Amino acid sequence: MAELTYRDAVARGIAQEMARDEDVVFLGEDIAKAGGVFKATVGLLEQFGPLRVRDTPISEQAILGAAMGAAMTGLKPIAEIMFADFLAVCYDYIANEFPKSRYMTNGQAKCPLVVRVGSGGGARFGAQHSQSVENWCMQYPGLKVVAPSSPVDVIGLLAASVRDPDPVIFVEHKSLYATKGEVPDGEIVDKLGVARVLRTGSDCTILALGLMVPRSLAAAEKLAAEHGVQAEVIDVRSLVPLDAQTILSSVAKTNRVFTVEENPRVLGWGAEIMSIVADEAFYDLDGPPVRITTPHIPLPASDILEDLAIPSVARITESVRRSLSA
Amino acid sequence: MVVKASPRGLAAVPTETVREDDIGEAKRLELYRLQVLIRDAEQRAYDLFLQNLVKGTSHLSLGQEAVAAGCAAAMQPGDLSFCTYRGHAHTLARGVPVEKVLGELMGRDNGLMRGKGGSMHLTSVEHGVMGSYAIIGAHLPIACGAAWRAQYKKQSDVTTCFFGDGTTNIGAFHEALNFAVIWKLPVVFVCENNLYMEYTPIADVTAVPSPAGDRAAAYGLPKIVIDGNDADVVFTTMRAAYDKARRGEGPSLIECLTYRYSGHSRADPAKYRPAGELERWKQRDPIKLYRRRLDEMGFDAGKLDAIDADVRRIVDEATEACKKAPPPSTDLLYTDVYADGGSTWRN
Repeated sequence: MAELTYRDAVARGIAQEMARDEDVVFLGEDIAKAGGVFKATVGLLEQFGPLRVRDTPISEQAILGAAMGAAMTGLKPIAEIMFADFLAVCYDYIANEFPKSRYMTNGQAKCPLVVRVGSGGGARFGAQHSQSVENWCMQYPGLKVVAPSSPVDVIGLLAASVRDPDPVIFVEHKSLYATKGEVPDGEIVDKLGVARVLRTGSDCTILALGLMVPRSLAAAEKLAAEHGVQAEVIDVRSLVPLDAQTILSSVAKTNRVFTVEENPRVLGWGAEIMSIVADEAFYDLDGPPVRITTPHIPLPASDILEDLAIPSVARITESVRRSLSA
Repeated sequence: MVVKASPRGLAAVPTETVREDDIGEAKRLELYRLQVLIRDAEQRAYDLFLQNLVKGTSHLSLGQEAVAAGCAAAMQPGDLSFCTYRGHAHTLARGVPVEKVLGELMGRDNGLMRGKGGSMHLTSVEHGVMGSYAIIGAHLPIACGAAWRAQYKKQSDVTTCFFGDGTTNIGAFHEALNFAVIWKLPVVFVCENNLYMEYTPIADVTAVPSPAGDRAAAYGLPKIVIDGNDADVVFTTMRAAYDKARRGEGPSLIECLTYRYSGHSRADPAKYRPAGELERWKQRDPIKLYRRRLDEMGFDAGKLDAIDADVRRIVDEATEACKKAPPPSTDLLYTDVYADGGSTWRN
């Protein structure tokens, strides 16, 4: 057991899979010699050499396209799109190519690849380098979407993603890179499609993803300490495949449900989950399902403004308290 | 081979003809047969549209047969093709049965993808046809990835990526060319310049006269613009490009000047063409031109006629088989979304 940062967990997770399987290759901008702009891939070039860890030009379409062609013909590529916002310049592969090739070809084509993206706000980078993109990706049948919130999950879910035969968008949170967590020694392999109950509670269920997970946990502690509310906090971890049963079981127990989403309000990931809850657990609910999100605005750069936009511990706490006491 | 190109017409087509005898009789017969097969199958696809037996859209290669035939004949087994939505010809040229192609166009269970892909997505992995892509430019980077795999795994196959003149104006073309060159990938980019970007003359919307050829220098590649209606020229040019790729000397970009006889797609009557242009190109019809050459070279006319008849029989039989074929099972709606064979995304 060792304490590791989320950032170092990325490199360890990639290294674990590259050491295991020679077909795992890694490409992206500044990922090799520079060790990544977030320093999350330091040491991989030295360990695996320039044939397997390759710097690319600023050509996001070439990065994702090349990853797809390599995946179709026998490799297991990991591609990095530096800032998740840049998925918009290579969105054809997300929307039209990765997810549809198997279906359109009646199962002839395969696409076992992982796209890692640095997502999320809190770094004061402004509207084009701070977005949460999970919902950009989860709407396409054929894609899988995973978002770890802790170092151990980074390694385990990355391993599961690399070993998965489908294309996986692996959403890392930039504001979590410096956070630390206990990580066991040896190989770590998790499973996609399993939500994790991080805190049990009987009064309400809080569903969160990425940076919103530690904030929801902190809010749950405040709710308990200051308001006597016991919140169950679930890290959804994987939007596709979605562990709906863990969510529905929790709602059946607590009878109230909240999502904490970093994305702008309209069509955030929580909207889909709340529609499942409304369809399948309506009579378990004692009050309206509540989505706590960033307002429907682009993210501002100023720290004061950005902190107002993204759900904070205080806002989560207050939203839950107010809703439960209404 | 470099020509001074003015892409609006025949003046651009190189007059030099390759007749080296190292092509050989067997290969020439193969080139002839492939062109006739593509012509007859494409004409049949058109006829089936008129009978409303093919739904949706289709983009035919009538008039462009020499490119697909010349490239495929120069490939080796195991080489990979990435095609566009105008991909029937390239799929057939790799040996995919006519019935499978027509069946797919007709949405029948005997189709290449059992009706799940349609005309624009023909794929036959077992024949090296790694897909037909309907988003302009998307498959150029994908072809780079397939070539990267060959390079990384030290496998000897070469990847061919077909696209039209219009593709040279989209970003992915330029990203892929740069990428292929800096990584020295075994990929050959084949631009079929049929003079029209959908409904618009390519010269009206392109900064340089040769849409692919004049871009080559930007990526440190030689300008190669060839007569795409001469199957021998296509064959020998491609053979050289494949040899270069197999020697580890990197990618090539080849522009083939040709002309499509039909409109862009089923919906397009091609009324934008100047009077007489189609007729002038038909005088350089790739199959007529090739048949004349084989006649001049002393090929047995009976043998060539037998190829014509055999192809017609194959296309007729395929048509009948497709008309009798059942529609796909409705179960297919939910299959192969994910690798587990199904479409389940949640528990």
